[in-house]
Amino acid sequence: MLILECPYCGVKGEETEFHGGGEAHLKRFGPGSSEEDFEGYLFHRENPKGVHLERWRHVNGCGKWFHVARDTATLEVFGSYSAQVTEPPQEIKDAISAKRPGWSWREFA
Amino acid sequence: MRRYSAFAVAREAARYHTGWERAWRSPEPKKKYDVIIVGAGGHGLATAFYLGKNFGITNVAILEKGWLGGGNTGRNTTIIRSNYLQDPSAAIYEKARSLYETMSQDLNYNVMFSPRGVLMLAQTEHEVRGYQRTAHANMLQGVETEFVSPQRVKELVPIISLSGPRYPVLGGLWQARGGTGRHDAVAWGYARACSDMGMDIIQQCEVTAVRKEGGKVVGVDTTKGAIDCDKLGIVVAGHSGVLAEMAGFRLPIESVALQALVSEPIKPCMDIVVMANTVHGYMSQSDKGEMVIGGGADGYNNYTQRGSFHHIEETVRALIETFPMISRLKMLRQWGGIVDMTGDRSPILSKTPVENVFINCGWGTGGFKAIPGSGWGMAELMAKGQSSLTEEFGLNRFREGRFVDESVAAGVAH
Ligand SMILES: Cc1cc2nc3c(=O)[nH]c(=O)nc-3n(C[C@H](O)[C@H](O)[C@H](O)COP(=O)(O)OP(=O)(O)OC[C@H]3O[C@@H](n4cnc5c(N)ncnc54)[C@H](O)[C@@H]3O)c2cc1C
Ligand SMILES: [Zn+2]
Repeated sequence: MLILECPYCGVKGEETEFHGGGEAHLKRFGPGSSEEDFEGYLFHRENPKGVHLERWRHVNGCGKWFHVARDTATLEVFGSYSAQVTEPPQEIKDAISAKRPGWSWREFA
Repeated sequence: MRRYSAFAVAREAARYHTGWERAWRSPEPKKKYDVIIVGAGGHGLATAFYLGKNFGITNVAILEKGWLGGGNTGRNTTIIRSNYLQDPSAAIYEKARSLYETMSQDLNYNVMFSPRGVLMLAQTEHEVRGYQRTAHANMLQGVETEFVSPQRVKELVPIISLSGPRYPVLGGLWQARGGTGRHDAVAWGYARACSDMGMDIIQQCEVTAVRKEGGKVVGVDTTKGAIDCDKLGIVVAGHSGVLAEMAGFRLPIESVALQALVSEPIKPCMDIVVMANTVHGYMSQSDKGEMVIGGGADGYNNYTQRGSFHHIEETVRALIETFPMISRLKMLRQWGGIVDMTGDRSPILSKTPVENVFINCGWGTGGFKAIPGSGWGMAELMAKGQSSLTEEFGLNRFREGRFVDESVAAGVAH
């Protein structure tokens, strides 16, 4: 059972308090982009066995979206952070690096 | 290979069962094979089997990181049906279902195929319309199904409660030729037949890298050393993304946990398979008497083969309303598998951006039923470069917007 913390209201709850929203930090490609980019944006997913950056929503609480860094092979949660960013803040990156040296996620670390 | 038969049982009984031979060999890998299949689940083994049987390609290795059949093939609830909505789905699932009918004879291995019938309950008006549509589509596809009344449902499943306050039974989609099979036996039967054709099944051999030269595959690195090949088939279900990354391409797939559970054994009380998709639950009774129950998939990426407890709770809570008599049953075991989900809930059987690398994945929550049909099509695709069974299931369908949309028709694990 996952225990997550909402970075907005600070509530720590088990997963039924929240709702998963899939992979985070997708770069949008729309009309005018190449077919490869559009396909990648719509369908291709990192789906790693390891560090995963993802979106969650605090459905049974404040209702806000936020981000979580988690390991899909162990279910360990490294931390949660604001939805208003396009990559994890430095302290989240550091928290991941401390436990998973050499981890990677697309273009950033 | 010594054939199994009534005579063989008598012969071995007379000599205290000392003459049974191992069902498959466990050789060390050779330097090179014509074809390497990664993943000794049902789909990988069936692919190898039909490469040999239909195309005479037997210089084949099947590499498995754990034990054969230990992935989703040995973890599923074994429902076999072919009442899908879209034509390409009907073709491959019906091919599979019909091959299941003769599989025990074809493999000389009892896979306990039990065509006891599969009933999908309609518990909302939306489902009634949806299943009537599926029944009509199936009629055109030559797949025998019918939409049945609540009274007929009650005849088929006397333990059902039709008048649940939240989920009344308004009818059902009935496929009399659907049923169940013995999941391990399917893997074991194919493994025995593959080994007999001279193929090497190498267990505890994890593929760790895909080697390429000039955009073409030349082999793989494994925990048992490097092995060369001309063609590579990736058939690893939940780990497809991991293998694709090794080969250097991405997939429209996410891996999530799907769980099942079984009760203590009880006297026979239900002789068909019942699926209740609105509530994400389905149930059948095993030959041992256990009620086999499956639920919905978890809502987040997961490779741990264990799922969230609340999903089980939801499934059981809903099923109890439809089957009140199970409320007093103790549950014996619960387990999970990692399933590979695509956006349109249809599989991928395809060439890949890497020459001579083929992939068979995306069966998600419902690929056990498809094993023989998938192997048949995948073998043809790998041997000849194309197959009528697989052509609509290519990777390019995502870019081209040609989905084989089964998410509405199935919408649930099965
Ligand atoms: C709980 C549950 C219930 C289900 N119920 C049903 C049902 O009722 N009906 C139905 O039709 N389907 C059902 N399914 C789905 C079905 O089980 C799968 O679609 C099907 O078994 C997939 O078979 P496969 O051969 O593709 O994969 P698997 O059987 O998972 O085989 C893949 C193999 O690849 C191996 N592998 C992975 N990575 C590597 C590597 N790097 N090197 C070497 N080997 C590797 C794995 O160890 C594994 O053995 C269910 C699934 C689950 C989990
Ligand atoms: Zn909150």
